Amino acid sequence: MKHTISVLVENHSGVLSRISGLFSARGFNIDSLTVGETEDPTVSRMTIVVDGDERTLEQVKKQLNKLIDVITVQDLTKTRFIDRELLLIKVATSSPKDRTEIIDTAESMKADVVDLGACTVTVEATGETQKIDRLIEALRQFGIKEIVRTGKIAMSLDPKGNTQHTPKEEEE
Amino acid sequence: MTTKMNGAKILVESLKKEGVGAIFGYPGGQALPLFDALYNSDLKFYLVRHEQAAAHAADGYARVTGKPGVCIATSGPGATNLVTGIATAYMDSIPMVAITGQVKTFMIGNDAFQEADMLGITRPITKHNYLVKDVKDLARTIKEAFHIASTGRPGPVLIDLPSDVQLAETEFHYPAEVSIRSYKPTYCGHPGQIRKAAKMIAESKKPVIYAGGGVILSGAAKQLKELAEKINSPVTMTLLGLGGFPGNHELSLGMLGMHGTGYANHAVQNCDLLIAIGARFDDRVTGKVDEFAPHAKVIHIDIDPAAIAKSVAVDVPIVGDVKCVLDELLKIVHRPHDKEWTEKIVEWKNKHPLNYKMDDNLRPQYVIQQICEATKGEAVIATDVGQHQMWTAQWYKFARPREFLSSGGLGTMGYGFPAGIGAKVGRPDAQVFVISGDGSIQMNIQELSTAVVNNIDVKIAILNNSFLGMVRQWQEIFYGKRYSHTKMTNPDFVKIAEAYGAVGMRIEKKEEVRPAIEKAMHTKGVVVMEFIVEAEENVYPFVPAGKRLDDMIGSMA
Repeated sequence: MKHTISVLVENHSGVLSRISGLFSARGFNIDSLTVGETEDPTVSRMTIVVDGDERTLEQVKKQLNKLIDVITVQDLTKTRFIDRELLLIKVATSSPKDRTEIIDTAESMKADVVDLGACTVTVEATGETQKIDRLIEALRQFGIKEIVRTGKIAMSLDPKGNTQHTPKEEEE
Repeated sequence: MTTKMNGAKILVESLKKEGVGAIFGYPGGQALPLFDALYNSDLKFYLVRHEQAAAHAADGYARVTGKPGVCIATSGPGATNLVTGIATAYMDSIPMVAITGQVKTFMIGNDAFQEADMLGITRPITKHNYLVKDVKDLARTIKEAFHIASTGRPGPVLIDLPSDVQLAETEFHYPAEVSIRSYKPTYCGHPGQIRKAAKMIAESKKPVIYAGGGVILSGAAKQLKELAEKINSPVTMTLLGLGGFPGNHELSLGMLGMHGTGYANHAVQNCDLLIAIGARFDDRVTGKVDEFAPHAKVIHIDIDPAAIAKSVAVDVPIVGDVKCVLDELLKIVHRPHDKEWTEKIVEWKNKHPLNYKMDDNLRPQYVIQQICEATKGEAVIATDVGQHQMWTAQWYKFARPREFLSSGGLGTMGYGFPAGIGAKVGRPDAQVFVISGDGSIQMNIQELSTAVVNNIDVKIAILNNSFLGMVRQWQEIFYGKRYSHTKMTNPDFVKIAEAYGAVGMRIEKKEEVRPAIEKAMHTKGVVVMEFIVEAEENVYPFVPAGKRLDDMIGSMA
């Protein structure tokens, strides 16, 4: 099972290698890892997606907590949370008809066309992983030149909140 | 009013503030400012003959005193030579602060002369490590390093110090306290969990206490003895747990595991409650892990949450310092006296005693028994790794904690002698014996120089069987006696001892053993005793890797 873990770490050099080193040394698999500064500039947040059973995950959390530079570890999978991914995708266009269809596809899936080139169209999309995957599938027929994905970022939500735009609504 | 000092001087002053009693090290180019600051300082410095020995000596010092050991080396090869010693300390949770010189900050990453990425190299083998780029951070870093090394689950911390930072100046303030927001070890166990444990103990019919190195690190030997006697439970120890409970106590089962006693292994396999205290269910202890203590409920007390439920499912986990938890547990625990289990243990002890062939040949176990008798089980014993290590664990009945020094987790040959040196420095009053093999001793034999020059009075017993005995034993049993590269052709150890200025003795007959040990104990200075022992003696009992604990081979299993 995939788990999304949110890790607050000290924002200084070498921390990323401590985390990635821990995963490789203990044989844990990382699906994706993103890092960025938080509201407190001395703290960074890492969102790590890990594949593994409960026991593996328990060890991942405990081992992360042992690192001196790790401030908190939270398994978001057990809470209400929201996650998003950013995608940039470059698609080949062999005809004007393709070009229109790509633009239509992007628009219908709430993605933005960010560049119209001579023989490619570049599209940007954000959303849940499933939405990103669907967009990629829809564009595959035109010929994908390049894909860049950020991996997930995630945030826990108020346990009693009311999600305004659930991922499902967004997809419609 | 504070005056400005350079980084090297700040380091020296900080080490004084930490009350460091001894430093083991070796100088070099990028540590020159540091060594200049050590010149004429009050800090006691021991020059080793190889940096690895500095790390092992710091480790030995830490194991006997309980205080962090300190070692210093230069950048590059000096620093990488520390690595084995740091990894050894890491695996056994030994507090240590290792300080390495580094190339100047602006040269870092340029493949400069004698540059090695020590932060990268030691990341997986330290509890934490630092590269100090600004002299203003130095004092705080040292304070943090000592705090991290010696609190929670202890371990080695490395400080990499570029030579320009050693020379840069700033005002010196040594912080009185440390506050690391992300590092707050748990000391007190959860009261609810402790109550559950007490209930489980009260209900158990056949308990066994399985005590590890955590008992010694936490200083809980007294509490452990009280617990065992109060609940009338036998106690088995891991290799690192030896000394945590008196080896000659009637409730002692000795060591468990691969080369544990038959009665310890049978007791564990048949117990209904296993009380694991400061131990981590290492594969050398559990054998086939799915069939380890199959009938037992498990209580696990450990300061490291990650050690709990890592390899074995636990019924009552208690995260906390062993001593604090046992103090609380002792207030509420009781168990009705139950003769049946005690009698069963006695039966196993009679049926599966440790033994070896009693004849006129000089057998290695006999040497250790004699050392134990001559020292009344109260010497500090440092071993290397292999057969002699296991025989020491089996035959030397350690009476007290912090007197058995051995590389348990990493299994580092070459550890024993330098660790013994560090131990003698840490406890000058103690009788220190190094028990080694003809293979292991040669991995750090150059330290004879360190010991002789500094008058560090250790007695070295080499059990010479002209083999890398433990590997040979496995080759005998599992590889049809194909002794691939395990036969040793050795130098004359007596002459080597004498060349270094130590006293050398060779003992070839059983009746010479005890007089030689007594003579060594009454000889001032370093003595090397070479015992020519039975060449193909095996360590028994023996649970082959991956087998059940009660699946022992050996005549007395």
